[in-house]
Amino acid sequence: MRAKQSGAVGRLATLRLLAQRFAFLSLVAAAFLLMILGKADIFLIERTRALVMDGIAPVLDVLSRPAASIAQVVDQVRELAALRQENARLKAENQRLLHWQTVARRLQNENSVLHEQLNYIPDPDPAFITTRVIGDMGSAFGQSMLLAAGSADGVRKGQAVLAGENLVGYIAEVGEHSSRLLLLTDINAHLPVMLESTRTRAILAGDNNDRPRLKYVAGNPNIQPGDRVVTSASGAAFPPGLPIGTVVSAMDGSIRVDPFVHRNELEYVAIVDYGLGGILPFTERPPPRPRRHAPGGEN
Amino acid sequence: MKPSIWVRIDAGVRHLVPFAVTLALLLLTAVPTRLPAFASIAPMLPLMGVYYWAIYRPDLLPAWVAFLIGALSDIVAGTPLGVNALVLLLVQGTAASQRRFFLAKSFLVSWWAFGLLAGGATGLGWVLVTVLSGRAAEPSPVFFQYLMTLGLFPPLTWILARTQLALLKDV
Repeated sequence: MRAKQSGAVGRLATLRLLAQRFAFLSLVAAAFLLMILGKADIFLIERTRALVMDGIAPVLDVLSRPAASIAQVVDQVRELAALRQENARLKAENQRLLHWQTVARRLQNENSVLHEQLNYIPDPDPAFITTRVIGDMGSAFGQSMLLAAGSADGVRKGQAVLAGENLVGYIAEVGEHSSRLLLLTDINAHLPVMLESTRTRAILAGDNNDRPRLKYVAGNPNIQPGDRVVTSASGAAFPPGLPIGTVVSAMDGSIRVDPFVHRNELEYVAIVDYGLGGILPFTERPPPRPRRHAPGGEN
Repeated sequence: MKPSIWVRIDAGVRHLVPFAVTLALLLLTAVPTRLPAFASIAPMLPLMGVYYWAIYRPDLLPAWVAFLIGALSDIVAGTPLGVNALVLLLVQGTAASQRRFFLAKSFLVSWWAFGLLAGGATGLGWVLVTVLSGRAAEPSPVFFQYLMTLGLFPPLTWILARTQLALLKDV
């Protein structure tokens, strides 16, 4: 009787162990399935990601506020320590910029005269949304951030994200009230760019390093550290001339670019709608916006 | 004697602690710190949470919970879906199946084993991301993230152990 009972218990234990093994293996299979489905760009997966992102965004929003305040205090202390140096630097910079202001005024006048002579139609002023960074999952496997604005605020996939005047990335996923900013340093980020001085075209490709790489450089130009890299118009992704960074090292085959804005400096960013296709296909067409007429364009 | 309803609710809530703590670690990782160069090497706190609970309370953090936390981490971090899910699942499975080995051993042994397991986990993550994106991901941030995680293991384990003693001693 007892032997029979213990036999039954033993069988039950074996059965339970088997069930556990099976459950574990099916979870492993599920993980691989998720990877394949995610790779195949299935709408359902994208939708689920967006939904979960929306669900978690309010929590991150609340958490990121005290973090931002702490960061601000730390910044202030650091600034206080470097006040004298900073002052000297700013004075020197101000002098240089005043010189540039004179040059810019002259060029602006010249430019407006030339525009008038050519009946030039200026680009429309882009619409933009300013939003806060609420999530920055520290990860060595990807460089992206969560933003507190989503499709309800007019954000769409592929729109450019700027910090100040500089391009930092583009929108890769959009939820109702949150979106994901893919930084230019992410392994999945590719962007047509050009060197400002020589107009040499290339592709800026991230590889999760803080300094993305320049690839497929057109021709055989002499690239020097310090050259400015800006967006190019190829692919009609972004308007040409948005500043990105400067070349830091140009050894054979590996040209690295240091972005003007680094990941840790981002607190508020501007999501800009240039009315262009963006780097990713829009999920819906942007609403047409009236173009401004050029001054004197009607005579 | 059957425990009263309040005792059972109390136990039920306490049983959620491992999951809640690991989830909190995940959210904590996602808070923007704005520290220079920190973001790409931030320690993998959820990995430590899963490792700890898989050894000390595998009944309260089973494989499917590790899978769920991993999938959530993929969504928050923007890594390809399934990568962290698989990594955390395997960490949980390995740690839980070897827990008898850990339970009687000193802290240093546990740290050393975590080093091995976390090394395997980061390596697997790197391989998966590289395969899924079709391009070699930069290995150096992965390595520094690993070191960062290893360095933060003792204090975090201490906190987790205090949490376990305070909330899960008798349930």
